[in-house]
Amino acid sequence: MVISQFLIMTINKSTVEHIAGLAKIHLDPESIENYTKDLAEILELVEKMESAPTDNIEPLAHPQEIDLRLRLDQVAPGSPRDHIQSIAPSAERGLYLVPKVIE
Amino acid sequence: MLKNREISAVELVDCFLDRIQRYEALNAFITIDEDGARANALASDNLRSKGFFTPLSGIPLAHKDIFCTKDLRTTCGSRMLENFVSPYNATIVDKLEEAGAILIGKTNMDEFAMGSSTETSYFGPTLNPWNLKRVAGGSSGGSASAVAARLVPIATGTDTGGSIRQPASFCGLTGLKPSYGRVSRYGMIAYASSLDQGGPIAQCVEDAALMLQYMAGFDEKDSTCLKKPVPNYTEGLNNSISGLKIGVPKEFFDTALNESILNANHDALSELEKLGAKLVDVSLPNSFFGIPCYYVIAPAEASSNLSRYDGVRYGYRTNTYNDLDQMYSRTRAEGFGEEVKRRIMIGTFALSSGYYNAYYEKAQKIRRLISDDFQRAFSECDYIAGPTSPTTAFALGEKLSDPISMYLSDIFTITVNLAGIPAISMPVGFDTKKLPIGLQLIGRSFDEAGLLNVAYKYQQATDWHLHLPEGFLK
Repeated sequence: MVISQFLIMTINKSTVEHIAGLAKIHLDPESIENYTKDLAEILELVEKMESAPTDNIEPLAHPQEIDLRLRLDQVAPGSPRDHIQSIAPSAERGLYLVPKVIE
Repeated sequence: MLKNREISAVELVDCFLDRIQRYEALNAFITIDEDGARANALASDNLRSKGFFTPLSGIPLAHKDIFCTKDLRTTCGSRMLENFVSPYNATIVDKLEEAGAILIGKTNMDEFAMGSSTETSYFGPTLNPWNLKRVAGGSSGGSASAVAARLVPIATGTDTGGSIRQPASFCGLTGLKPSYGRVSRYGMIAYASSLDQGGPIAQCVEDAALMLQYMAGFDEKDSTCLKKPVPNYTEGLNNSISGLKIGVPKEFFDTALNESILNANHDALSELEKLGAKLVDVSLPNSFFGIPCYYVIAPAEASSNLSRYDGVRYGYRTNTYNDLDQMYSRTRAEGFGEEVKRRIMIGTFALSSGYYNAYYEKAQKIRRLISDDFQRAFSECDYIAGPTSPTTAFALGEKLSDPISMYLSDIFTITVNLAGIPAISMPVGFDTKKLPIGLQLIGRSFDEAGLLNVAYKYQQATDWHLHLPEGFLK
């Protein structure tokens, strides 16, 4: 089933528009064609994975297979809010300003 | 010279600042911190006069512009972070500062470390001092170009798929990618978190060992940094390598390699044999799945890591928007360059509903095959050697419009990242165009000391690392 998904995957303009939407990247209509071509080529390269003998192989998510260390539940010095917010595109009275979300 | 007080740290910094200005055309730097460097050099001279110094005291240093520096902008080669000033230092920035090195500037890089030529930088490409019409490699091309042109003695880099080793190879330098978890990633802007690792780019093994000494070690602030003791990296450099087994993977030599690269690598292997090492044939049968596998895993992680650039908390924000959604998508469209957008979209696609198993899970399985390949090979040998890159430095613009050919540039380096093991690239000759050729030594997890030892012995017996590009000062 997985294999067939691989074989039938072709990428077209509407997939690219869909992906760009998910990734929140605005695409100019004239650039969509280029992206479609580039992404199709990259996926063609990626699909060379298909012939790899991976039956009964466990996925490896991380090079050091150890449990991630958790931090102690302790108060540590943080960064002052004003300092952090001084680099924001738009902030006021400790709040980040964004366009109106609810009408 | 610093130790014997023949030169002061201030004089040294001024000398390198002069050179940086003189060779500005290389575009190796994004930001230069003249005032900060002079002030720290003065402080370093004062400390030395009171008897406080380390081997790195007063030595000018450049950081790849991916490492956050407090009060000095960190761009990551992107318009998105053109004016970003981090509120904190990366751990390795602190560590090298505590060791007494003097930060002189931040070096150019492919945008968000996505590239193999430093041409995807928002700040323009970096040139290779060996031939100004050629790329310096990437993504740590600014660091490599700067060290090769002697604009700074040492520099940091990061390596996700070859980004320390390949530019080191293209510029005739020694570059080490440590084991995953050896060097803290805190404050190192994330591209692909399970692959990224910071390391040194230097003129010779000794300098790289010295840098790693201060960069390595556990960091509470990075949950992937391992609590393992840091050995003394300079102590064992001169150990005999007699009897060590060096594996030669047929997959790395079978490809259509340029003759001069092949010859230089064979000569280097013979040299290692003369030093007492034994060459054994090994096989890494899944190597060629490395690139397809990487181009799922790295973009997948990148698409998640780079979702933080939304124009809200820091970084670039578009001027033209009517609502929140438009603000996000135009900010990201205008703030990111083409290659970054391509990789975000590939990653988004690979993780999207319905494709996860076919792409991401399949890639993770291949990742285990690749890691197992290395483990099997290391049961037959101590180190693995082969070319760092299939080509020497290519021409500016040659591969920029063809993502696939650019990706193939990392064919020999990428599997090391997937397996999380360490590797060092060192210069082993020149091609017919007088461009440097590199050889890569790969080691077992956390055997950086062994890699440095073998590479050091090689450099003691050869002089490739002492060559200087024409027209630059010693």
